Amino acid sequence: MIATELVKMVRRPRTWVSLALLCGLPAIVAVFLGVTEVAPEPGEGPAFLSAVLTNGALYPAAALAMVLPLFLPVSVAVVGGDSIAGEASAGMLRYLLLRPVGRTRLLVAKLVTLVAYVLLAVVAVVATSYLAGTLMLGDAPAAALEGSDLLTSVSGTGLTRTQLLLRVGATMLYIGACMLGVGAIALFLSTLTDSSLGAALGALAALITSQVLVTLEAAASVQPYLLTRYWLAWVDFFRDPVLWRDIERGLALQGVYVVVFLAAAWANFATRDVTS
Amino acid sequence: MIATHALTKRFGRITAVDAVDLAVGEGDRYGLLGPNGSGKTTLVRMLLGLVYATSGEIEVLGRPMPRRAAEVLPRVGALVEGPGAYRHLSGRANLRHLDAAGPGGSRRGRRARVEAVLDRVGLGGVDERPVRAYSLGMRQRLGLAAALLGGPRLLILDEPTNGLDPQGIHEIRDLLNELNAAGTTILLCSHLLSEVEELCTRVGVMDRGRLVLQADMAEVRAPTGQVEVRSPDADRAVALLDGRVEHRSGDRLLVRAADAAELNARLVGEGLRITEIGARRRSLEEVVLDITGPSADRLDRDTGRAPDRDTGRAPDRDADRDAAQEPQP
Repeated sequence: MIATELVKMVRRPRTWVSLALLCGLPAIVAVFLGVTEVAPEPGEGPAFLSAVLTNGALYPAAALAMVLPLFLPVSVAVVGGDSIAGEASAGMLRYLLLRPVGRTRLLVAKLVTLVAYVLLAVVAVVATSYLAGTLMLGDAPAAALEGSDLLTSVSGTGLTRTQLLLRVGATMLYIGACMLGVGAIALFLSTLTDSSLGAALGALAALITSQVLVTLEAAASVQPYLLTRYWLAWVDFFRDPVLWRDIERGLALQGVYVVVFLAAAWANFATRDVTS
Repeated sequence: MIATHALTKRFGRITAVDAVDLAVGEGDRYGLLGPNGSGKTTLVRMLLGLVYATSGEIEVLGRPMPRRAAEVLPRVGALVEGPGAYRHLSGRANLRHLDAAGPGGSRRGRRARVEAVLDRVGLGGVDERPVRAYSLGMRQRLGLAAALLGGPRLLILDEPTNGLDPQGIHEIRDLLNELNAAGTTILLCSHLLSEVEELCTRVGVMDRGRLVLQADMAEVRAPTGQVEVRSPDADRAVALLDGRVEHRSGDRLLVRAADAAELNARLVGEGLRITEIGARRRSLEEVVLDITGPSADRLDRDTGRAPDRDTGRAPDRDADRDAAQEPQP
């Protein structure tokens, strides 16, 4: 079942359109930066952009920072919201259950597919933005690092290529984990309704509420528990030394969201009447 | 094959299925009839474990449902409320996906299995166009093909001929007869009386959630003890059969008589010209209309002429029907 769900996702045109959109934004930004060479002031604009102008090797990190707030969670919410509700509205949910595919198994297959989509999206963004970055911005080490095997620098210290790869890899996993929080909410809503649009919009509503409250000083008391509170903590992977505190908290918080909403999704789906 | 006991399902305040004792035997062609909204589909969904019963017991293939669904469902094929398919995939890809999703299908035999069921329903030559380009009839055939995947012992079909043209309906009827002859039990849900009348050996009628009739078709359509006679000499026949004519309209007579041949011989012996003669059987339609109320998709305005509490029927509609069917004195 898991294999057939993965095949179905890969064969679906929508998957590739959404990935193309995700990868398109960083590519467009890379072209503008490469052509004009006008960098945002340090501390302004998306993270890392000021640092990448001389060396495209760090561009994947900047690209992730660009898609993280909206593009990536939107596509995850759409895929997650479609998981069960989409089957219901295509009239296939009942036929899958009659094959029979156990309800828990179907839910697990949908979850695995969602995780696969998230990883695919993050990998696609990183890979295309690395290409776009090195093509448009070059991969010459910064002038100050000339002659060493260091590639680029953050927090004032240099990074070798291996270190950079490791840190980008860790970032990808962290962002993937963050997206699972949204995905779990979308999956839960997807078991409640037969409308995939409704489920996706519900998950987005949760996301936007969280993003508004995170910036609101008056909501300080609930901020540590908000879905998006630690999403930007991956920036700490690029500090020297790596600042683990927020990353750990972020992972724990996402874990709680995932566990709670998956349990709710399972409890609801396993006991509900399928009338679609 | 299927046995339910006091099966009940409530959705909030509405009782969709009310204490149903359904019994479908091995090898039956069972027709489940009833007006729209009488609970047929909910009943079928409960049999298949899609909807959970509020109370009562279900046994399918001798095993309790939905507890043993994993053992029961692989041997059951079903078409519930219209076919389902991924619109962007071809019919073949849809069937392959379903085949792969279920248990007990090796990858190697998949192509052969899919082609076999496509041939069965007359879609063997279908190309790779996506299902969204299929006609209603093609989708219906595809849904039937999906139900036949895995060679089920029990077929549960809800309105299987929906959207098919007369030739298609005939083909499907032949296919179902063929499958039944090979040992497949068929439960057919329909509101098309003619479909059930032509195909089924046993019939159940649902009305407002209750199973109001369950009997063999032969029993339902037993002779009524009346003979229908058509004769241009109807006046003389009435005089001759004094008292045994129960109803007359024009040249048609309804005569109480056990044997049509005997009556015929007598009338002809008296020199009467007979155009038509035959024992009168109740049609399934009469039986069903007689025991069921109005369909649940008919919602009469509540203006003091509300449906009679006892029968639940709208009085005006009932009166019309009575006028059309009651023998007039």
